[in-house]
Amino acid sequence: MKRILALTATIVLLVSGLTACAATAEEAETIKIGLNVELTGEAAVYGTPEKLAAELAVKEINAAGGVLGKQIELVIYDTKTDTAESTSNATKLMTEDGVVAVIGAAISGTTMAAAPVANQYQVPMITPSGSNALVTNDGSAVYPFVYRACFIDPFQGLVLANFAADNLGKTKAVVLGSSSSDYAKDLAAIFSEQFAVKGGTVVATEYYTDADTDFSAILTKVQAAGEFDVIFVADYAVRAGLIIKQAREAGIVVPFVGPDGFESPDLVELAGGAANLNDVYFSTHFSALSEDQKVQDFIANYTTETGEAPSALSALAYDTVYMLKAAIEAAGEVDPVKVNTALEALKDFPGITGTISFDEWHNPVKSAIVVQLVDGVQAAATVVNP
Amino acid sequence: MKQTLLNKKNLTWLAIAIVIFVVVQLLIDARIISPYYRVTLFWICIFAILGVSLNIIIGVTGQFSLGHAGFMSIGAYSAAVLLKMMPDYTGLAIGIGVGLVISFVVSFIVAMPTLRLKGDYLAIATLGVGEIIRIIILNMTITNGASGISNIPFLVNWPMMFVFTVLAIALSANFKNSAIGRACISIKEDEIASEAMGINTTKYKVTAFVFGALLASIAGALYATSYYVIKPETFGITNSINILVIVVFGGMGSLTGSVVAAIVLGIINIILQPLAELRMIIYALALIGIMIFRPQGLLGTYEASISSLFDFKSHFKRFTKAGKEKA
Repeated sequence: MKRILALTATIVLLVSGLTACAATAEEAETIKIGLNVELTGEAAVYGTPEKLAAELAVKEINAAGGVLGKQIELVIYDTKTDTAESTSNATKLMTEDGVVAVIGAAISGTTMAAAPVANQYQVPMITPSGSNALVTNDGSAVYPFVYRACFIDPFQGLVLANFAADNLGKTKAVVLGSSSSDYAKDLAAIFSEQFAVKGGTVVATEYYTDADTDFSAILTKVQAAGEFDVIFVADYAVRAGLIIKQAREAGIVVPFVGPDGFESPDLVELAGGAANLNDVYFSTHFSALSEDQKVQDFIANYTTETGEAPSALSALAYDTVYMLKAAIEAAGEVDPVKVNTALEALKDFPGITGTISFDEWHNPVKSAIVVQLVDGVQAAATVVNP
Repeated sequence: MKQTLLNKKNLTWLAIAIVIFVVVQLLIDARIISPYYRVTLFWICIFAILGVSLNIIIGVTGQFSLGHAGFMSIGAYSAAVLLKMMPDYTGLAIGIGVGLVISFVVSFIVAMPTLRLKGDYLAIATLGVGEIIRIIILNMTITNGASGISNIPFLVNWPMMFVFTVLAIALSANFKNSAIGRACISIKEDEIASEAMGINTTKYKVTAFVFGALLASIAGALYATSYYVIKPETFGITNSINILVIVVFGGMGSLTGSVVAAIVLGIINIILQPLAELRMIIYALALIGIMIFRPQGLLGTYEASISSLFDFKSHFKRFTKAGKEKA
């Protein structure tokens, strides 16, 4: 009995998979756009909001009459946060499903695994949030069919150094970062370089590992190194929050400046309460404080549709869909190569994350937003240019 | 009976291999196997090699290893680094060679102390080894740290993939059926008894472990040149467990089972792809279903063998008997 039950369950599951497969293949006369993001695995937390935002954008476009008179259909695959799966999905989207463009992936590794596929089959691909410098090029030549919607990590280091020096008027910085991630190492290096260009001095640079939770030794060491008036933490909220907490407890009152990794719902808790989150600044792609009507509409629609507030990732994915819409309209027909040409020529696209054009490396040229926290709440947003 | 290389059995196997090769090649040429299915086909080949090689360690010798992805990463990184310097087949060949040498040295050094452990302790020790390899790669400059190596030249094709897979399976089958393999099986059945029979257990365990590690290294090199990007996290514990799933799913000790499991899992993955996030749940449920239905794995300890194919009746008897005994 148990055997039969188990066998039946297995067969039913497999058959339901097959019928779902058949159902998607039938529809015609739509413009297909592939979505290849992380829906399971470690990076699902990035891929899921991007999927929700892309679905919202497609719904809006279809309700407004579609593109070139046709409805858009999203073909959604999950990369499982696995590079081989990303290659496989991209191949399927571009060779079997006949998509005009692919959105994805949410992180750099899986995007780089799909980029050569896009070039081989000549289908444009835009990653909303793959920020590694080598996503859109191999270091010497640009990948003709790969773009991104977000600014890259070195760019943030540059912007934040400008912000600390120009907007905050600081001259003596302490740089802290994790030695376990390239994200932190790159940011710390670029920040230090640009801060020096701006006439500032980096008093001390200290590295720790991703596993650390007690930073008191580092903070004591930094305090002994001499006077400073700003701390740059090149890391994600997980450790940045703890550092802020321990620094405030140790009586360090100088402003904290950090990258987009600071943005997290957990930051207040990690930092030991809202009171510790004053004079904290971080760069981001998107701020809900913007008075732009498009941004406010997006926030309202996204919140109604999904029941949660949008993040920078969802805003980037939303912009990506509209960029593709603009490119398809400019191309005038549903042909991947023509859409790619139109995408490359895209100028001053008015997105909710800024006005976007692509440079010769297919990176977006746009301004970054530096957000100021007052009592743990985003209180002011400053647009900072590189 | 005197064994010659070109006996009836080997010739039949060779013929079967050639038929499979030609049929798949024709399907590729006719575009029935599209580029997308080819990606899956390569995945199946790579994981068949990994499954078979881990099966030699776990299924045949009975040493529970959770560090297989570590040796796969050694092969993958060796090939990737060399391919970035020499983006051609010479680079790949040298890369595979370098990977084999490093894997040999590392697995030998690791095996000597850890294989004195048993059961859970061995599993934890090998898990640690896999993690150590990953952390070393994460902190080396030549491997480009956490970002990994991207834009690795795509050089692999079906004939190459097929030759490596068939060689790996043939070597493993010969290993299992050799005197060393028999000694390994005796260790799995009862280590104390086999030691009492005069078998140098440490020697055979180390041999099996190193053999498995070498094949994993080759699979890693093929992986690197098939999927453009490798990162340290690609070869973490999740991957070791994926390989373990293939071994357990196919049947511990059955090399045929590992190959079948790789094929079945590859196909399940394709079928479930349009379901996006639901896929992993259904995949897991399918695994649970099959493990309830056949706890000994798809094929148990059964091996496909030509001599029993010639005599279908005995083959059938053996299959049902093996099933009953385990159930």
